Amino acid sequence: MSWLGPDEWQAVALSLKVAGWATVLSLPVAIWVAHLLARKEFPGKQVVNGLVHLPLILPPVVTGYLLLLTFGGTAPLGAALTKLGLPLAFRWTGAALAAAIMGFPLMVRAIRLSIEAVDPKLEAAAATLGASRWSVFTTVTLPLALPGIIAGAILGFAKAMGEFGATITFVSNIPGETRTVPSAIYSFLQVPGGENAALRLVVISIIIAMGALVASEVLARRVAKRMEDA
Amino acid sequence: MTQPALSITLRASRPGFDLDVDVTAPAGLTVLFGASGSGKTSVVDAVAGLTQDVSGRIAVGDHVLLDTTQGICLPAHERRIGYVFQDARLFPHLTVRRNLNYARRVTRQPADPARFDHVVEMLGIGHLLDRRTPRLSGGEKQRVAIGRALLSRPRLILADEPLAALDDPRKDEILPYFERLRDEGEVPILYVTHSTSEVARLATTVVALENGRVIRQGSAIEVLGDPSFSPGDVRSVGAVIEARVATHHADGLTELDAGGIPLFLPRIARDPGTSVRVRIAAQDVILSRGRPEGISALNCLPGVVQGVQEGAGPGAILSLDTAAGRVLARITKRSLAAMDLSIGTELFAIVKTVAVAPSDVGGPKG
Repeated sequence: MSWLGPDEWQAVALSLKVAGWATVLSLPVAIWVAHLLARKEFPGKQVVNGLVHLPLILPPVVTGYLLLLTFGGTAPLGAALTKLGLPLAFRWTGAALAAAIMGFPLMVRAIRLSIEAVDPKLEAAAATLGASRWSVFTTVTLPLALPGIIAGAILGFAKAMGEFGATITFVSNIPGETRTVPSAIYSFLQVPGGENAALRLVVISIIIAMGALVASEVLARRVAKRMEDA
Repeated sequence: MTQPALSITLRASRPGFDLDVDVTAPAGLTVLFGASGSGKTSVVDAVAGLTQDVSGRIAVGDHVLLDTTQGICLPAHERRIGYVFQDARLFPHLTVRRNLNYARRVTRQPADPARFDHVVEMLGIGHLLDRRTPRLSGGEKQRVAIGRALLSRPRLILADEPLAALDDPRKDEILPYFERLRDEGEVPILYVTHSTSEVARLATTVVALENGRVIRQGSAIEVLGDPSFSPGDVRSVGAVIEARVATHHADGLTELDAGGIPLFLPRIARDPGTSVRVRIAAQDVILSRGRPEGISALNCLPGVVQGVQEGAGPGAILSLDTAAGRVLARITKRSLAAMDLSIGTELFAIVKTVAVAPSDVGGPKG
């Protein structure tokens, strides 16, 4: 990638790191919440559903500011995390958190739909064969919902790669620490002569997005084929 | 008498009816029989632990699965019930082999190749082991489902209309496996159906349900031979007699010995000497005051009218005691009057050989 300047390369690498961590850490939580919403009835279910979707409908700047209020260096939670060695504000870790939260509703939606599509009769059959609830979940529900889980993960990853508003509000735009690809494109467009660099990052963004899309399609097809083939 | 293989006392309220069931059954195959909406599936789901909103007591042998007075309610996965569903419910993401091994894997039991091979061989599914399940035929799916239930080492096998989704040839493919399971006698079976021919072939004990209540309970021969017992559709009324295969004739007929009376049926694939149960549909029986001459029907059973049950419509059902056992005949009220039939009348029951379908003939009683 010699045609990328060091600053641009740094932004791409940082974006991949931030989006990767955001996806890996939020996926299990998204699966858990999606399963809860798909299969369980409990008081306050609509509240949980609303909270999950909040980042999707709030302006990203608002989400970013709320994160700053919660996890900023002077906020109690932020201070406690800093003491534990996990500072978030103005760090790449904070960028990962912001990206995870912004991608979370998309992940939950895709995974919830695929879990709802799993026939509860198969889960009942598994229980009669001696599978505990956890076993039913891991051996029946999860494998059958896999195409949707893959789709959700890719969607979340793509959203994390592209997240801008909440990220720049929460962790600013520090080169090498929090300057992800969208922030870098924004920065390059602010300085004269930065258009070429911005354009190169745009091309990279398109390649990564298309790659993710193709990968998810291929994976989902392979899973579907495995399940339907004789 | 030792304790029953299966005892079920259940109360529950369901849309349209209240379930109030008290069943005790000996070993062998117990049929829960009744029209749809009579509560059969509610009972099996309660036994399997798939519905929890019931009160009562369920025990398989000395294992108590549910006792609401003592606060016992085992979750489904601890009941060790081999449930064979109407729709097979095989796992689509697993091969046949992994479906069969599923129960062993999730309960972390060691492999038992001898038992696995025995079940696979009995069900004839060896050639399917590495196939995925969605493309199996209906009969193949159901055989795999039976195997999967058996390999979960169940204390009880539940079968909820396991043949209802299959066409007739497939039914004939599956029925012998249930006969075999019943005759091996290892595990009691609770079998749900609304088909009288399945009852006739399989049942050791029949429990007839109507609107959530038990209306009859007894052996298949007792219950099906009772003219007052109406299984919903009068066309499906028919008694069961027990007979022994005598010889196979060269012209394609099998001769049975039913209490000394010869019965001719289309060839059945059983060795001479084995005992079989034959269901004779009441509507296929012709009654005659005298021994008929010059008639094409081959089977003629002399008997005595034991009971007359006039229906609401134009028909009546007569029960006859013959040397072969109880036979039911459905005739019109007009014939009943014209022939002046009443209890004690001696007459002949005529049954066409070809009226007995292969699916009406079953293996030995459990």
